Amino acid sequence: MKEKLVLIGNGMAGVRTIEEILDRDAKRYQITIIGEEKYPNYNRIMLSNVLQKKMTVPEIVTNPLEWYEENQIELINHDPVVKMDTAAKQVITQSGKEISYDKCIVATGSRAFILPVEGANLPGVVGFRTIDDTENMLEAAQKYQKAVVIGGGLLGLEAAKGLLDQGMDVTVVHLEKWLMETQLDEKAGKMLQADLEKQGLKFLMEKMTQKILGEDRVTGLAFSDGTSIETDIVVMSIGIRSETTVAKAANIEVNRGIVVDDFMHTSIEDVYAVGECAEHNGNVYGLVAPLFEQGKVLADVLTGREAKPYKGSTTFTSLKVSGCDLYSAGNIKQQEGVNSIEAFDGINYTYKKIFVKEDRVVGVVLYGDTSEGNRYYNILKKNESIEDYTPVSLLHMVGEEASADVSEWPDDEVICGCNGIDKGTIMTAIREKELTSVVEVTKHTKAGGSCGKCKSVISDVLAHALGGEVVSAPTGICGCTDLTRDQIVTQIYAKKLTSSEEVYRELNFINPEGCPKCRPAINFYLNVAWPKEHEDEKESRYVNERLYANIQNDGTFSVIPRMRGGKTNPQQLLLIAKVAEKYDVPMVKVTGSQRIGLYGVKKEDLPQIWEELDMKAAGAYAKAVRSVKTCVGANFCRFGTQDSMGLGIKLEQRYEFIDTPHKFKMGVSACPRSCVESGVKDFGIIGVENGFQIYIGGNGGTEVKEAQLLTTAETEQEVIDICGAMLQYYRETGIYAERTAPWIERMGFDVVKEVLLNSEKRQELLAALDQAVEGRRGNPWDEVVEDQQTREELYTVGRV
Amino acid sequence: MEKVFVARLDELASRMGKEVIVGEQKIAVFRLSDDRVKAIENICPHKQGPLAEGTVSGEYVFCPLHDYKIDLNDGQVQEPDEGCVRAYETIVEENLVYVMV
Repeated sequence: MKEKLVLIGNGMAGVRTIEEILDRDAKRYQITIIGEEKYPNYNRIMLSNVLQKKMTVPEIVTNPLEWYEENQIELINHDPVVKMDTAAKQVITQSGKEISYDKCIVATGSRAFILPVEGANLPGVVGFRTIDDTENMLEAAQKYQKAVVIGGGLLGLEAAKGLLDQGMDVTVVHLEKWLMETQLDEKAGKMLQADLEKQGLKFLMEKMTQKILGEDRVTGLAFSDGTSIETDIVVMSIGIRSETTVAKAANIEVNRGIVVDDFMHTSIEDVYAVGECAEHNGNVYGLVAPLFEQGKVLADVLTGREAKPYKGSTTFTSLKVSGCDLYSAGNIKQQEGVNSIEAFDGINYTYKKIFVKEDRVVGVVLYGDTSEGNRYYNILKKNESIEDYTPVSLLHMVGEEASADVSEWPDDEVICGCNGIDKGTIMTAIREKELTSVVEVTKHTKAGGSCGKCKSVISDVLAHALGGEVVSAPTGICGCTDLTRDQIVTQIYAKKLTSSEEVYRELNFINPEGCPKCRPAINFYLNVAWPKEHEDEKESRYVNERLYANIQNDGTFSVIPRMRGGKTNPQQLLLIAKVAEKYDVPMVKVTGSQRIGLYGVKKEDLPQIWEELDMKAAGAYAKAVRSVKTCVGANFCRFGTQDSMGLGIKLEQRYEFIDTPHKFKMGVSACPRSCVESGVKDFGIIGVENGFQIYIGGNGGTEVKEAQLLTTAETEQEVIDICGAMLQYYRETGIYAERTAPWIERMGFDVVKEVLLNSEKRQELLAALDQAVEGRRGNPWDEVVEDQQTREELYTVGRV
Repeated sequence: MEKVFVARLDELASRMGKEVIVGEQKIAVFRLSDDRVKAIENICPHKQGPLAEGTVSGEYVFCPLHDYKIDLNDGQVQEPDEGCVRAYETIVEENLVYVMV
């Protein structure tokens, strides 16, 4: 019989302890984990990123349900423990489940501290601790305008930035003179405030909240100095309180937290505590690194290893708000015996301060440039004497600062402070497991998986280990901004930005008119978001799309008339031949997608040629639905099961001229021989006896990707509808210039599948698509032929 | 130097270029977002791309072929690329655009 181990609390500290135990001895315990929330174990630190829409909830889940299954852990979720009976060695959950244990870990964490003022229980007053809190806040941001965050600490500021990103008018109310007063000194605190103000946050400093106003829900705050402010929601972020209710009721010794010794024992035998609910040597930690250090000690204890006693942790902090690089570690209080070295660079707006006590670094504050954070943290943690360092230096020569070079760091230098992973561990993992990216390093070593600030150092280690360049994930969409596609699109909706000009201005692009990378992207996002309000911006389109013809290497253009489904007739062929001859077209060629192209046409001749061709544009120049490739099919082929040409023509007719993030190619084959190569199309169809197999996400481009089977549709109409739904879903969620294969990889095939096969969702998408393209579906060539002004502005060449 | 009329201002679309051929010279004329007019040689020094078809941002144009970034004031190719095209002085008088050739 295995011993029974019960973990109360399904959070970061507890589950990490379980992971450490499994690492040491996976067979020792029969494990039960009991949690209050309805989610599997997730990374609470990343909630700020969820609120700022940089990440989604599934992305912050660290151990999905399968993990519990694989490790044969019984998970009792959404059913908190309400009672511990330490004499009978069992715990009782809210729903009445009784679970007995041999060993019990209490990891109940902490709760947001709610100010005990009048009105604190009004609807609209929330804490910021859980996924549900985060989702409530995101929901509120949709409905309301004004938000107040009480508390200018780490979490408060991250919450405030998140709400600001959702388009809210946000004021941070803080009791102290400067922000993050426990982690920053006054100077850094004021620099941070100035930077956040530039981003649009408002601050009320040295204000004490006396009362929360409102009757049915919050309407404002009243301060002790008699002033007040209006608001629609209040986020309380003034601190956390260890959650010790159950432990206290079980007569376990509790002070500020559950009191533990150096081996995480509580006052009751076989009961242990880790994380934010535990108090060690008078300290309760609210940061992640200590929790993990405690977890390691406890795992040693519980697996019968010789454990090194836990000696308390040196903590460090960084802020997850872009544009505010901040790092703080150790003790930064100006006290007796503590001196400091301070450097302020007013040109680059950076600041650093090192707190020194008897030749040892005890604390550090960095603002504006945090690249040296790890280095100082290591000196601090190792309690190294700084005798050998030059304390003050100015204007180093490039390359002089050898210590910032990871290749020279010793193996025991800690790279990821959150998880306590040193350089040696990372190097070994890279070598043994042949890792080539930061993501892989995180997966195998956990380094970089918590706050993520050390990712750049991990990348340096990788580069050093591999001896070459390591591809790092780009931040913004281009050099003009640090914002990602999702952040930009969120703001477009939240702030109702309806022109590029507004986007560039409101989102503070470095370059106020953008570049060839972001201009077409933003024009596209605006077209999708506001199909009626936003006027398509020709000057932001790439020349191919602006002129409706592909530019060739010599500056001439190609013209490719539409032949739906690849089908043509003698009359069309005659017309094309006539035009080619009349305009001296140097080359006529059948294109890769079964169309006839005229190459080497002069720009000035384009409108005239289109007029004479009297055919539609094939859209071969556009990030849009391209032509549909078909095989001969049931009409003539002895194997064809379906009318592939007929369906191809219908698809083309229905969706031609619809803009998509990148080109969207389709193919319809009438039998599994797939002469059209439907398996490498964005939307590929293979006719079979009982219907149409639909494959999606195949790309035959720079990176060849095989399409995946989505479903088998019974009717042509169903194929057409699924195609429309996919187009719209791709339009709404795709990154500009991202083909469908990486898009599906990013979204997850199962997610895309679920959306496209859900008939309700499909109808919604189709309705949205119809609305978006209503009135915009004309043949672009006709527009040019008819519009004299466009013709003159864009297609004529002046001659003097 | 000769003052040559190349276009009416209202014929030029904002932030888009127009090619004007003066004698043997191919000139790209651009109307910036603030309605000033710039003119440079219409041939990118890299692969002879027609600069008039490029994306205009502020006082720069990006070649449509390979994104060379060129200063419309002095024709200088921006780093990391190298090269230079001829820049022409422009004069706008009452809706009429002239280039000094």
